Amino acid sequence: MSTGSMEQLYQQVILDHAKFPHGRGLGVAAADLRTGESHQVNPTCGDEVTLQVDLDDAGVVRDVRWEGQGCSISQASVSVLHDLVVDHDLTAVDDLADTFRALMQSRGAGLDEDAEEKLGDAAAFTGVGKYSARVKCALLGWVALTDALIKTGATRTTEDA
Amino acid sequence: MTSTLDQRRDSARPGGLLDDVELAAVRADFPLLSRTLRGGRPLVYLDSGATSQKPEVVLDAEQDFYVQRNAAVHRGAHQLAEEATEAFEDARDRVARFVGVSSGEVVWTSNATAGINLVAYAMSNATLGRGGAAARRFAIGEGDEIVVTEAEHHANLVPWQELAARTGATLRWLGVDGDGRIRADDLDRVVTDQTKVLAFTHASNVTGAITPVTQFVRRAREVGALTVLDACQSVPHLPVDLHALGVDFAAFSGHKMLGPTGVGALYGRRELLEAMPPVTTGGSMVEVVTMESTTYAPPPQRFEAGTQMVSQAVGMGAAASYLAELGMDAVAAHEAHLTRLLLDAVASVPGVRVIGPTDTVDRLATVAFVVDGVHAHDVGQVLDDAGVAVRVGHHCAQPLHRRFGVAATARATAAVYTTEEEIAVFREALAGVRTFFGLTDGSDA
Repeated sequence: MSTGSMEQLYQQVILDHAKFPHGRGLGVAAADLRTGESHQVNPTCGDEVTLQVDLDDAGVVRDVRWEGQGCSISQASVSVLHDLVVDHDLTAVDDLADTFRALMQSRGAGLDEDAEEKLGDAAAFTGVGKYSARVKCALLGWVALTDALIKTGATRTTEDA
Repeated sequence: MTSTLDQRRDSARPGGLLDDVELAAVRADFPLLSRTLRGGRPLVYLDSGATSQKPEVVLDAEQDFYVQRNAAVHRGAHQLAEEATEAFEDARDRVARFVGVSSGEVVWTSNATAGINLVAYAMSNATLGRGGAAARRFAIGEGDEIVVTEAEHHANLVPWQELAARTGATLRWLGVDGDGRIRADDLDRVVTDQTKVLAFTHASNVTGAITPVTQFVRRAREVGALTVLDACQSVPHLPVDLHALGVDFAAFSGHKMLGPTGVGALYGRRELLEAMPPVTTGGSMVEVVTMESTTYAPPPQRFEAGTQMVSQAVGMGAAASYLAELGMDAVAAHEAHLTRLLLDAVASVPGVRVIGPTDTVDRLATVAFVVDGVHAHDVGQVLDDAGVAVRVGHHCAQPLHRRFGVAATARATAAVYTTEEEIAVFREALAGVRTFFGLTDGSDA
């Protein structure tokens, strides 16, 4: 039935993450961590995600937890995000978020090798960029992450400089 | 065209169905239907419930207006202004006739949403005393009730929530049954002497269920409530006679009935339009303006402030004529046949469930469904890969989706130009969805 473009869009990595998502389930962080939470919806399709992020004093993401419902692209994207950003500091997380946004804007062309290596499993979303209606599905979790980080009250080292 | 179609129809198939030659002729009128998609696949357009495709006569009418007649309407003494005004008012006549009313009862609006909002805001203004004693019948406040239904498109829900919030009136609603049909058996309980407005859809844009309008109107009249009908889904697909239905107001859009975007029509019973205060004020809707105050034009101009969407109105008039020439009985018969095929197609695929009636009685060829274990967005994507365009999401009816415990559905809708072959392509693509996502038939996901 399919011509192969569906396999390009729905990479096995995406299907696996959609089926067995990582980081699912909201909770409460340890007292020494700052937690930010964000709820994002995609009003056109009703997809939604609530995401919590814990930061330690050094500005390192210690955990990401989330709940959500939506299409496989949106849910898999949050799951992959969880794996990518935990244990990274704010600067690195910002860089990952920017790189993922750039990937989504590449209209399916992808990024250079370094960028894709940095993105790991998230590079599997390259094909989503070809379908403009789906880009916002893939970005839903990243929008929630950016908002949740702001809500932790943390400031970037780059902004402090 | 009509006579040929009628002759063929008599001998060909029962129920006034279009035969293959007639259907091919209809399809040839719609240039877009012959385009191909990614990978050269033919388009299977099953999203007419969101917006319909446009026949050449509609495109030509808009183009012809600009090429031949463009001028400001209802002003100017030159020949072009006369011709433009005639085209504009002729379109109003065509649309009015198409739904069985007189042209003085049709107000151009930018879309159906604007039409419903117009009624709601006119009621607000009447509540504030605008329109004087004649408009008092539209006033609403604490102790009064507005009744809507759980099946409504947001366009016929949110304006009433807002009206209730502005005026202190209470919003109540009729629920739907397991088939998504509005609970008409609850009319007597929910629609009471406190009810000032009963706003409801003629046909659900999700379930396709057709409302027994006359029964609703009868109850509204018993308690003296105004009726406001969302006719967006019915007017393009069924013969609709608004006078016979007896509703007080009805709103529908051009773009769902083969016409352009940016234009819709609000029907109001003449006597009501005459008593109703204006909403949007300014140019074109006045009689005498002094620095202190203004008197207003009679309807429909009273409700048409500012420069109107003239070319789109002309296009909507052409669309009404096109459908009238095909004959709405024939259109409805063709689509009833497609309803059966669509329902059969969905029923034949394991793990797919219809949200809405599964019988063909009193329903449109609008079939919303969920695929177990696969989100609607992903369903739509796989169908798109086969060239099949369906709508996915909540279709601007979140409460109805919540009622059925789902966030989103996929929805296939047919129109007069839809073919049996297209539904077969849809069926085959749908059958591949769960397989693609690794869900074996019959398993629970």
